[in-house]
Amino acid sequence: MARFRKVKEFVIEKLIFASGIASIIFVALIFIFLLREGVSVFKTTSIGDFLGGRFWYPISDPPKLGILPLILGSLLVTAGAIVLAVPLGIGAAFYIADVAPVKIRHLLKSCVEVLAAIPSVVLGFLGITLLVPFLKHTLGLPTGLTALAGSIMLAFMALPTIISISEDAINAVPREYKEGALALGATHWQTLTRVIIHGAMPGIIAASMLGIGRVIGETMAVMMVTGNAAVIPTSLLQPVRTLTATIAAEMGEAAKGSPHYFALFAVGLVLFLISFLINLTADLFLNRGKKR
Amino acid sequence: MNSRIGKAKIEVKNLTIHFGKVQAIHDVSLDIQPNEILSIIGPANSGKTSFLRSLNRLNDFEPRLRINGSIKLDGLDIRNDIEAEDLRKRVGMIFALPIPLPRSIYDNITYGPRLAGLRDKTTLDRIVEESLKAAYLWDEVKDRLRSSAQKLSGGQQQRLCIARTLALRPEVILFDEPCSGLDPISTAKVEESMLELRKSQTIVLVTNNTKQAARVGTRTAFFLMGELVEIDATEKIFTAPRDPRTNDYIVGRFG
Ligand SMILES: Nc1ncnc2c1ncn2[C@@H]1O[C@H](COP(=O)(O)OP(=O)(O)OP(=O)(O)O)[C@@H](O)[C@H]1O
Ligand SMILES: [Mg+2]
Repeated sequence: MARFRKVKEFVIEKLIFASGIASIIFVALIFIFLLREGVSVFKTTSIGDFLGGRFWYPISDPPKLGILPLILGSLLVTAGAIVLAVPLGIGAAFYIADVAPVKIRHLLKSCVEVLAAIPSVVLGFLGITLLVPFLKHTLGLPTGLTALAGSIMLAFMALPTIISISEDAINAVPREYKEGALALGATHWQTLTRVIIHGAMPGIIAASMLGIGRVIGETMAVMMVTGNAAVIPTSLLQPVRTLTATIAAEMGEAAKGSPHYFALFAVGLVLFLISFLINLTADLFLNRGKKR
Repeated sequence: MNSRIGKAKIEVKNLTIHFGKVQAIHDVSLDIQPNEILSIIGPANSGKTSFLRSLNRLNDFEPRLRINGSIKLDGLDIRNDIEAEDLRKRVGMIFALPIPLPRSIYDNITYGPRLAGLRDKTTLDRIVEESLKAAYLWDEVKDRLRSSAQKLSGGQQQRLCIARTLALRPEVILFDEPCSGLDPISTAKVEESMLELRKSQTIVLVTNNTKQAARVGTRTAFFLMGELVEIDATEKIFTAPRDPRTNDYIVGRFG
């Protein structure tokens, strides 16, 4: 009997260990696979030409595999999303955490959860039928399929993360700081700007980065509304193509083993590294917030 | 304020406080005289903190709060005739848990005056010194005003919190169990500064420690389940209370 129990404990312990280690193994395997397939592109194109090349003509002969327009497209759409989502998200978090009456607070929190649950293809669908024509008419553009439309889509998707993590950070500021400041004659606005933002700052930065990290890999909605022209963008009001949209649109037609095929893997590798860096930075801020 | 000589500093009339369905204070009326130390004693949950926090409207942010009755400071209704921020500068508050802001000692003390718009360095320096001296902390920290306030001991932090309140020159200071986490020596220092402050300020002291009320209070009020059972001169409360419930509490029969 005692032996049986020992065996059982041994098995359970190993199972738990295995599930813990599994996620690490999966990440490592994915990375190795991407790396193996991706580096093959450098047999035909140099790293400089790949990252810095201005033309993406994957099916011309010989193919031109410069991803600079795609990188800039992704950066532009993401930067637009940051500019829209971060201030709005932080403002909403403050309103929910510190200003709104109880009933409105609960209502808003449910709305944020619903927003997080909308599938991105549905958002993209709304974008294409409502947002794109709206942009075209109000701004008088030749097409509404623009970087701006992509930014707005991504901002919607980043908002729930930014709002809920910022709100947690705001609520984690000790109540005593707030009351201490109030008791010293601070107005509600002064406690907000001087005490609460000060205390919640690391968490708010992390929230913004995680929100952006969540959307930089987003594909569906962006592909549907940005027009997908692989040219170096000069303004938010023109069509662009992102890294993610390129992979999604072209993977099906790239011949296995061709330079085009390997280049798409290398694009995946670039994306992987970007999101990895963003998440790492966000973690640093979150941990810094915890230590204090 | 000369015309108000002989009048109460704070007048509370028929005060009732609800938090949602919970009634924390039930029809309390009392006067607080200038330059007295009014001690408030009573068992846990008798409404002492709720009462105290209503005197400078720190309760305002409780979502389900309902207050009825009136509170007057120098004859002015604190909810209708005075802005909450101005009220809180005139009626300061010291909490049970001393929590300095995460800044230096100097910045903690100048925090209130700076909020009020004061920027002049020499004036701020003078306020820091005077406030720390009045809180019996100056000698211990005068050489490290720029170091973090959170590195001070618990007793020093409580005196720092007193000093930062004094920096605003409040007319009334509310203490909510200021010594509950302190050792006897720190407690003695806090009590000493209260007795000194009384010369220029009015003090309301909520305490769980009946001996402390007996030591420093000029008058003592006994709260029980949200009601004011009795208020009288401190010796009277501790030697010949009128209400048997007061006597039960003082001799330790409940609470
Ligand atoms: N913010 C609040 N929300 C809801 N109920 C509250 C709140 N503050 C106090 N109460 C309730 O009001 C009653 C009185 O509480 P209060 O804190 O005033 O008592 P107290 O005499 O200060 O007790 P203690 O000696 O434990 O500090 C209690 O029943 C308490 O649960
Ligand atoms: Mg209390």
